Amino acid sequence: MGKDTTFKARNFNSVGTRPLRPDGIDKVTGRARYGADFSMPGQLQGCILRSPHAHASIKSIDTSKAEKLKGVKAVVTRKDFITKDADPALLTVLDNCMAGKTAFYDGHAVAAVAAIDAKTAKKALQLIKVEYKVLKHVTDVDEAIKPKAPLIDKKCFTSGVDPKPSKASNIAARSEFGHGDVDKGFEKADVIIERNYKTGQSHQGYIEPHACVASYSPDGTADMWVCTQGHFDFRAQCAGILGMDASKLRVTSSEIGGGFGGKTHLWIEPVTLALSRKANRPVKLVMTRDEVFRASGPTSATSIDVKMGVTKDGTITAAEAELRYTSGPYAGSWARLGAMTAFACYDLDHVKTVGLEVLVNRPKTTAYRAPSAPMAAFAVESMVDELAEHIGMSAVDLRIKNAAKEGTRASYGPVYGPIGIGPTLEAAKNHPHMKVKLGKNQSRGMACGFWFNFGGQSCTDLNIGPDGSATITVGTIDVGGARASLALVVAEELGIPYERVKAVIADTGSLGHNDMTDGSRGTFASSLSAIDSCRMAIAELRNRAAQIWEIDADDVIWENGEAKAISKGAAGNSNREPLSLANLAQSAHKTGGPISGHSQIVADGAGVSFATHICDVEVDKETGQTSIVRYTVIQDAGKAVHPTYVEGQFQGGAAQGIGWALNEEYIYGDDGRLQNPGFLDYRIPVCSDLPMIDTQILEIPNPNHPYGVRGVGETSIVPPLAAIGNAISNAIGVRMTQVPMSPPRILAALNQE
Amino acid sequence: MTARARTVHLWGGLRPAADGAESVELHAGTIRELMRVLCEQYPKLEPFVDEGIAVSVNGTIYRDDWSQVLPVDAEIYLLPRIEGG
Amino acid sequence: MSVLVSSKINGDDIEFVCEPDETLLDALRDRVGLTGVKEGCGTGDCGACSITLDGALVCSCLVLGAEAEGRKIETVEGMADGDKLHPLQQKFLEHAALQCGICTPGFLVASKTLLEKNPDPTEEEVRYALAGNLCRCTGYDKIVRAVLDAAKQMRKTAKKGKTNG
Repeated sequence: MGKDTTFKARNFNSVGTRPLRPDGIDKVTGRARYGADFSMPGQLQGCILRSPHAHASIKSIDTSKAEKLKGVKAVVTRKDFITKDADPALLTVLDNCMAGKTAFYDGHAVAAVAAIDAKTAKKALQLIKVEYKVLKHVTDVDEAIKPKAPLIDKKCFTSGVDPKPSKASNIAARSEFGHGDVDKGFEKADVIIERNYKTGQSHQGYIEPHACVASYSPDGTADMWVCTQGHFDFRAQCAGILGMDASKLRVTSSEIGGGFGGKTHLWIEPVTLALSRKANRPVKLVMTRDEVFRASGPTSATSIDVKMGVTKDGTITAAEAELRYTSGPYAGSWARLGAMTAFACYDLDHVKTVGLEVLVNRPKTTAYRAPSAPMAAFAVESMVDELAEHIGMSAVDLRIKNAAKEGTRASYGPVYGPIGIGPTLEAAKNHPHMKVKLGKNQSRGMACGFWFNFGGQSCTDLNIGPDGSATITVGTIDVGGARASLALVVAEELGIPYERVKAVIADTGSLGHNDMTDGSRGTFASSLSAIDSCRMAIAELRNRAAQIWEIDADDVIWENGEAKAISKGAAGNSNREPLSLANLAQSAHKTGGPISGHSQIVADGAGVSFATHICDVEVDKETGQTSIVRYTVIQDAGKAVHPTYVEGQFQGGAAQGIGWALNEEYIYGDDGRLQNPGFLDYRIPVCSDLPMIDTQILEIPNPNHPYGVRGVGETSIVPPLAAIGNAISNAIGVRMTQVPMSPPRILAALNQE
Repeated sequence: MTARARTVHLWGGLRPAADGAESVELHAGTIRELMRVLCEQYPKLEPFVDEGIAVSVNGTIYRDDWSQVLPVDAEIYLLPRIEGG
Repeated sequence: MSVLVSSKINGDDIEFVCEPDETLLDALRDRVGLTGVKEGCGTGDCGACSITLDGALVCSCLVLGAEAEGRKIETVEGMADGDKLHPLQQKFLEHAALQCGICTPGFLVASKTLLEKNPDPTEEEVRYALAGNLCRCTGYDKIVRAVLDAAKQMRKTAKKGKTNG
C-alpha cells in the first residue's frame, strides 16, 4: 500500500540465475513431510461415509451402532456443527464438507468416524444407517438448463438478471461482458461461423491426496497440520465453521504434493477438527484416491456456443459467445471467468459474451489452473483456425492481424497496458518449430491463451542472523519452487549470496494473514513483500552503520551487500572501510539489537499474461489414437526470477492441458455415479505419452513490479486444448468440437465424414 | 466533496443494478471513495460491492488496494473480483 | 492376529509387526517410519509408493507387509550414501526434475532400477521404464533429462572405476 513498486530496468546478480532449490535435498531423500507424513501422540484415524447417490434427501442417520463399536471414539454428522447465525458463505463450504438435508452428488460426505485405527473406523462406517430418499438427478450442463430438469436448489433464482426471475432454475448466475454492437459487426463480415463446443470435466490430479491432522484441546484452542494452498484461509474458514476465534487455531502447512487450485478449498479439514473436538484426541484423516475424484473439486464441464465473423482480408468484425459451465451443486463464478477470458487475446470492435453458472449433481467445482480459461480458449481458438482456413489465410497471420495490443479495449472491459500477445505470436511465427517438416499422418496446430494473474495480501519477515545470514519468512505456500525464487530476490536486494538466505513458510501464528497460493500470485506477491521487507532492513542497516561512523544515515548507502559512507561526518575521518552485512550483524547488540524488516502489503497490479503454443500430432486413423510429436510453449513471464522453474511451470501446464485434450474426463453413468474415480480409468499423461516440451520465455516487464515480474503459473494450461484440437483437425480433415479428443471421438468424427 | 466527476464503466453484470447504464458519473478520488459513492447512488450495487468488485485503472486491475488513487483522466472499469488456481 | 515380519530394509535388519491384511506401504510408513514412501492411489496406478523387493521394482501398495518376511527392501531413504547423494538424486536437483516432489521418491527408485538393468537407455526406454510413475507437475521433460544425465555420469564413473581397478 502506497509502496513504490514501479518497474525500473536494472542488471541483476542473483535474479535470473538457476541455483539448486533450498528444499531439494529433503525432497530427493524422502525426508520432506507432506500432509499424510505427520502424526501426533495418541492420534486417532478418521474416515468419512459418503453418499452413493447422485441426489437424495437424507431422511435420517442412525449412528448408534457405530458409536458402540469397540475402539470408536467419535462419530459426527451435520448435527455436530453449529449452524445458527453462521455466515451463509461458510454454510455452503460446510454443506459441501458435510451434507445437511440433501446429498447433492455421488461421494457427498454424510457422516464421519474417528477410531483407534483405520480398520475400526472403516468397520464403523458400515454400521451407520442412512435412510435416503433418492431424487431425480442431472449431471449434464445442457440437460440441467432445460425447463423440466430436476431442480438442484429450489431457492436458486438466476442472479445478474433484472428483474429477478420468478421461477427457480439450475442457472445460478448470468454474467455479461463486451462492447460495441455485435449485430453491426456481423453485417461487415464476409464469413460467419457458428458452432457449439463441449469440454469434459477434468480434475487437477495432484498426486498427493488431501490429508490433515487436527488436535482440538478442551481449552478451546487447536492445532492443525494440513496440505493446503492457503493455510491462513483454511484457518479462517475452519475457525468460522467450528465457532472458534481464528487466533486460537494454529495451522501449519505441510509440504504440498500438488494443488493446481484443488487445495484452495476445504474438504476434510473442518470434519477432522470436529472429530477431534468430540473425541478429545488428535485425529488424522487422509482421503483415498477414490474420494479425491468423487468428492474434491474438479473443474467445470462446459458447453459453449461461439459465433465469429471475419472479412476476406482477415479482420475479425464481431465475436459472440454463450458459455455454460457446471459449478456442482453450489453457485460459483466459473462461467464468468470463461466469459471474461474467451476473447481476451483479440482486438475487437464488437464483442459480447454471456456466462451461465449451471448447478448439477457433480462435486463442487473448484479452481483448476487459470480456472475456466482453457475451455473458452478451446472454443474460440478452434474457431479462429476455422476462420483462417475459410479465407485462405495462415492461422498465425490471422492471429497476428487481430491480436490485442497496448491500448486495445479488452473484451472483458478495460484498456490494456503493455502486453505480450503480439510478441508471443511473432516468436511463434519465427520459431524453428514452425519450419520442422511434418511426417506421414502428422499435422501442426497452434493456439493462444490468456490469464489475468493477481496479487493479494502478503506479509513477510526478513531477519538478519548474528552471522549476517538472512531468513525470509513468508506465509504464502510454496507449491513448486517459490522458496528458491524468494531466496534469490532477498539475495538480490541485500547483495549477499543466495546460499546465505533461507526461505521459511511460517505457520498461521507467526505472521499476519497471507492469501493462498492461487492466481499465479505466489512469486509475484511474495517477492513484492520480500523486497519491501529487505528495503526496510536495509534502511535499518544504514542507520546502524551511521551510528558506528557517527554520521548521518543519509550519508550511508547500501551497495553490493555493504554499507558505504559517502561523507566524512563529524569525526572527520575519511578512512571508513565499508561495513558488510556480517560486520553490522555481529555488532548489532551495540547498535540497537536485532536487525529485521517486516512488510505487510496488498499486492495489486499483477500483469496479465499471454501464451502461444505450437503442437505437432500424429493421428492413427485406424485406432483414433493421437500422439504428441512435438510441443512448444512461448509465454511472457515479465521477468523470470528462476528460469528453470518458470520453464517447469510452462511444461507442467502444457502437460495437464494435453491430458485434458486427449483423455481426461469425468464419466457419469445413468445413475449419476462417477464411473472412473481412479488413475487407471481417469488417465493422466504418463512419461511415454509425451515428448520433450520446448519452452521460450519472453520477458515483457510488468510495469507494476520493481523487477517486472508477472505471474507465470497458470497461463500455460490455456492454449493446449485448442492447439491440439487444431492439430488433430488439420490431420484428419474434420473439425473436432469436443474435448477430450479420445480415440472413440476421433473415430466417430472420421466415420461421420 | 472536492473530488472531480469521473466516468466509471460497469461490466455487463452490474448494469441491471444501475438502471441499465453502461457507465455512471461519480465524484471520487480513490477506490474507497468510489465504492462508497457507488453504493450511495446505486444501493442495488451494494451486494456486488460486498461480494467483491475489482477496479481496473488504466488497465491495471486492483482487487484489494482500496487506497489506490484514481489519477485524473484514468480509465476506470469495474470488474468482478476474480479467482485463480 | 498380528504377524511379526523380519526383513532387511535399506541394509538394516528390521523387525516390524503388522496385520495380515496390511499393505507393505502402510507397514513401511506407519510401522517402520519410512514416510518417504508415498501413497498416491493405493491401487498400483501412480507409482509414488515404488520400492524394490529383492531388487524387483514393485508398488508397495500392492504387496502385503507379511510378504516382506526374509526379503530385501530398498526405499528412497536408502539411496544416498551417508551425506553423498546418489547421482540420480543429484541430477534430479540439478535439472529441477521435481516441483512439488511427492512423486520424486517413486521416480528415483524406478530410475535406479532401470539404470541397474540398462546403464545406457535411450530417451524412449527411459520414458517407457518410467511410465508407471505419475508426475502431475513437470510434464516429465526435466525428469527424463535428469535420468539420461545421471546415466551418463554413472557410466563415466563406472568406466573410471574399471580403469583404476
